[in-house]
Amino acid sequence: MDLLKVNWGRRKHSLFYYLFLASKQLFPLDLYLFSPNPFRFDQPSSSSRLFDFGRMSQSGVDVPAKGGFSFDLCKRNDMLIQKGLKAPSFLKTGTTIVGLIFKDGVILGADTRATEGPIVADKNCEKIHYMAPNIYCCGAGTAADTEAVTDMVSSQLRLHRYQTGRDSRVITALTLLKKHLFSYQGHVSAALVLGGVDITGPHLHTIYPHGSTDTLPFATMGSGSLAAMSVFEAKYKEGLTRDEGIKLVAEAICSGIFNDLGSGSNVDICVITKGNKEYLRNYMEPNPRTYVSSKGYSFTKKTEVLRTKITPLMERVEITEVGEAMEE
Amino acid sequence: MMDLNLDAPHSMGTTIIGVTYNGGVVLGADSRTSTGMYVANRASDKITQLTDNVYVCRSGSAADSQVVSDYVRYFLHQHTIQLGQPATVKVSANLIRMLAYNNKNMLQTGLIVGGWDKYEGGKIYGIPLGGTVVEQPFAIGGSGSSYLYGFFDQAWKENMTKEEAEQLVVKAVSLAIARDGASGGVVRTFIINSEGVTRNFYPGDKLQLWHEELEPQNSLLDILNAAGPEPMAT
Repeated sequence: MDLLKVNWGRRKHSLFYYLFLASKQLFPLDLYLFSPNPFRFDQPSSSSRLFDFGRMSQSGVDVPAKGGFSFDLCKRNDMLIQKGLKAPSFLKTGTTIVGLIFKDGVILGADTRATEGPIVADKNCEKIHYMAPNIYCCGAGTAADTEAVTDMVSSQLRLHRYQTGRDSRVITALTLLKKHLFSYQGHVSAALVLGGVDITGPHLHTIYPHGSTDTLPFATMGSGSLAAMSVFEAKYKEGLTRDEGIKLVAEAICSGIFNDLGSGSNVDICVITKGNKEYLRNYMEPNPRTYVSSKGYSFTKKTEVLRTKITPLMERVEITEVGEAMEE
Repeated sequence: MMDLNLDAPHSMGTTIIGVTYNGGVVLGADSRTSTGMYVANRASDKITQLTDNVYVCRSGSAADSQVVSDYVRYFLHQHTIQLGQPATVKVSANLIRMLAYNNKNMLQTGLIVGGWDKYEGGKIYGIPLGGTVVEQPFAIGGSGSSYLYGFFDQAWKENMTKEEAEQLVVKAVSLAIARDGASGGVVRTFIINSEGVTRNFYPGDKLQLWHEELEPQNSLLDILNAAGPEPMAT
């Protein structure tokens, strides 16, 4: 059946890859570059293809590896860790992110703390990402992964809008995200709350790193999800007004901020209704700086300004209507 | 203390059931999706549509089962167009089996396919881990099914009526929910026959109480919310 010949990011290994693997196993790292390598043996392509529709796997040896993850350095990293080197931790958003459906649309909320292990790396980061004029997405997990995945799907959605000439639908964004995350089998650590209002109505979905999705009237994700969910379970009801909804979302995020160590700082809220969206950045700031120096900031050495030149980065284009179109 | 492990893959602990009766099939499932020890979704819909007349109950890894059913829905849609008439339950089960068997190393999902077509009537096919396909008069699956083997041996009979079959399914799922920690929430049933598909919804607190289960007393949820939430409509 022709339909079954779908390929999922198959990786073909080159000869060089086998040589590299062989050398890593047999020579210490500093000598590897200088020694000739007489060994050649076949390695089974273990996780190269994700979905097999019944054909025998072909081990191509001539095409260089492209796309997908390359786990070559994992052995080297393991060896370094064994020798005592500490791996740098990556920026995670500890996070509390929530979404709920109210009478006229969807409200998304998020905290603003980004952590790097035990350190707060960013006290006021933006976790509500733009996907389309009518669709926004909150992201929890590894900050790089959520940013990259939402940016990628956002541009795919824009191209799709140009092609179809219609507004994007939430379920399109959902399917694009879900397919991407599933094909990386959970290694792209992005847990997302996707919400928006399209022609079919308001929608709210959660997407997990392994690619499963749920459709819910209210949802929470991230390390503070339990704290926020307890607020929602106690107080959510259908048909909330805009103000009630915002108040409930703010309460849920605050519950995450104060009870979860991975979440903190301020509350961001995004309200999406039919034909309109409001991004309320720093809607609430329940954690102001305790001590503010009265002197303010001043830099020690005075910098002398030699010359000032301001270059506008974007030209403003004026469109003037010139009356009626010409008729024949 | 926090060994809730919120990064665990989403799995559906689950109880899923498919039962044939005189004239069609009844599919039933609970609604709990768990990530480690946390209930990620207490009202999920584990019975998904493949075609107008064929539905599948999903269990195991949530991501794997969603992707498999999405692929098979796409293939069946193409197949229906090419064939010119509704796809049969046997074809749907076979397509699922091809995906499940050929990717057995990577997938972790057990499925029960049930539907009605004009050639064979109501049919249930069980497709457990590994990709076997077995046509059965009734099939049970998921972690909660362990508690139902004896129950079905005793309670299932040939040629039940539609009402009897549905009551059997609801009773069975509710018994499994009582004993299995990974199953819970509400009971959803789908009745598929020549007339079409009927969806039913039984909220958890309306189910019969079993041994050592108590009526809720002074429940804060009842006090705070006068009326419970309406069932989600998809």
